[in-house]
Amino acid sequence: MIEVPRLQLSGVCKAFGANVVLDGLDLELAKGESVVVIGASGTGKSVMLKCILGLLRPERGSIRIDGEEVVGLRGAERERVLTKFGMLFQSAALFDSISIWENVAFGLIEGAGMDPEQARAIAIDKLAKVGLGADMAEQDPARLSGGMRKRVGLARAIATEPDIIFFDEPTTGLDPIMGDVINNLIVECVRDLGATTLTITHDMSSARTIADRVAMLYGGQIIWAGRVDEIDSCGNPFVDQFIHGREEGPFELEVT
Amino acid sequence: MNNPLAVVGRFFLNFLAAVGRLAVFAGRSLAATFSPPFYFRLIGQQMLVIGYYSLPVVGLTALFTGAVLALQIFLGSSRFGAESAVPNIVVVGLTRELGPVLAGLMLGGRVGAAIAAELGTMRVTEQIDALITLQTNPFKYLVAPRLVAATLTTPLLVLVADIIGVMGGYLVGIHRLDFNSMVYLKNTYDFLEAIDVESGLVKAAVFGFLIALMGCYHGFHSKGGAQGVGRATTDAVVSSLILILISNYFVTEAFFSQ
Ligand SMILES: Nc1ncnc2c1ncn2[C@@H]1O[C@H](COP(=O)(O)OP(=O)(O)OP(=O)(O)O)[C@@H](O)[C@H]1O
Ligand SMILES: [Mg+2]
Repeated sequence: MIEVPRLQLSGVCKAFGANVVLDGLDLELAKGESVVVIGASGTGKSVMLKCILGLLRPERGSIRIDGEEVVGLRGAERERVLTKFGMLFQSAALFDSISIWENVAFGLIEGAGMDPEQARAIAIDKLAKVGLGADMAEQDPARLSGGMRKRVGLARAIATEPDIIFFDEPTTGLDPIMGDVINNLIVECVRDLGATTLTITHDMSSARTIADRVAMLYGGQIIWAGRVDEIDSCGNPFVDQFIHGREEGPFELEVT
Repeated sequence: MNNPLAVVGRFFLNFLAAVGRLAVFAGRSLAATFSPPFYFRLIGQQMLVIGYYSLPVVGLTALFTGAVLALQIFLGSSRFGAESAVPNIVVVGLTRELGPVLAGLMLGGRVGAAIAAELGTMRVTEQIDALITLQTNPFKYLVAPRLVAATLTTPLLVLVADIIGVMGGYLVGIHRLDFNSMVYLKNTYDFLEAIDVESGLVKAAVFGFLIALMGCYHGFHSKGGAQGVGRATTDAVVSSLILILISNYFVTEAFFSQ
């Protein structure tokens, strides 16, 4: 029997007016797999995540989660599907009207209906995992630095121990040591919790640490996908240019 | 392109589309308001923000409006020797019209702008998207508490405004216009009918609802950073003020036309 993929995108198209962002994107994630998507800035990586979560609606294509078609789901159906997900937004998107621990515990209290005392204990535990002490718990998110916000966002994404976790640039803005802590945390989520993760990053060393597979997004499609140890010898000129950060290559950069 | 009919037509179609979007938004908001889960803590918090913190603004507005009303009516009515009508014209004018309308306008500026700016910022910083991914319906979590709080607290604010406004008229009446204190109060009380106050309170509830709805609607649909939030805030204030004045006419019609 063939195992149903945890997440399967086929032919997904999304445009904003005349700006075609996703143009027939195909991607599959098996259960317990960690996939990293790389691609130039503005190619639609964040848009892809938002389409999967239903925050944006693709014009065409199919998105299946555990075999279930989710494009166009609404209301209670959508909420049920979303319980499977955790998401770290690129901008962290912390709620600034509530404290840090309430941010982390939000999905537990509002989503899962957990008792606040219990949720608070879990939140403080998750904050510790991203290197933030219990003394931060009561503070206002507005006072945090960019990297700290990222880490709180990460703690919030993993707090409910979801099946599928998306990390949109988890290590951007972090120092190398903290970046490594976060990389290990993502690996731990996959290994210990059995989560399936989809991570977007520009940081190749981070990609090498956390990825089972790497996929490259270009021109609205996945132009290359393969195991992380194949990436150096893949022979794809786009991937080659990207991972080595060279200016010369097939990418058309609009710099003058 | 330059055909004036096409311009008018496009304008009209855009207008209809906007009305349609607003109607859908209002429908979803009401559905969210009357179905669980109910966030009572958030409703309480919003009542404090919308109602309690607006008291000084509304109170000051009412005080000076009542005072100037007494002065003007005295000057006008003295031409007919009808000065004794000052207390009852002041109280009827305040409870029926000036209390709710002026309080509504002040709240439209204060509360409508605050709601639009807050929700607009949440929209452009992806906080609303984050809410959704955490399985929380933003209509229930953000919109419903504000609608409920504004609809319930505005009548209370207007009741306070009525009382403070009458006091403003009374102070001018006895200190500047030589009314007898007892006579002024008795005239105020005797001529006041229940419907004067009731119609004012119904107006207040309608205005409160419209202010919160406009704030939420424009905040929710703001896009594109700080500039977008600024535009949403302006739109929320302008549209709520216009809707207050328009709906004021229709509620008045409903109450007082035969
Ligand atoms: N809500 C939106 N409305 C209109 N256009 C949008 C919207 N969101 C994204 N876009 C457009 O979609 C394209 C892809 O954006 P996206 O945020 O997915 O890029 P990205 O690959 O995540 O880039 P980065 O690595 O810089 O985060 C951009 O051209 C952007 O202008
Ligand atoms: Mg992005």
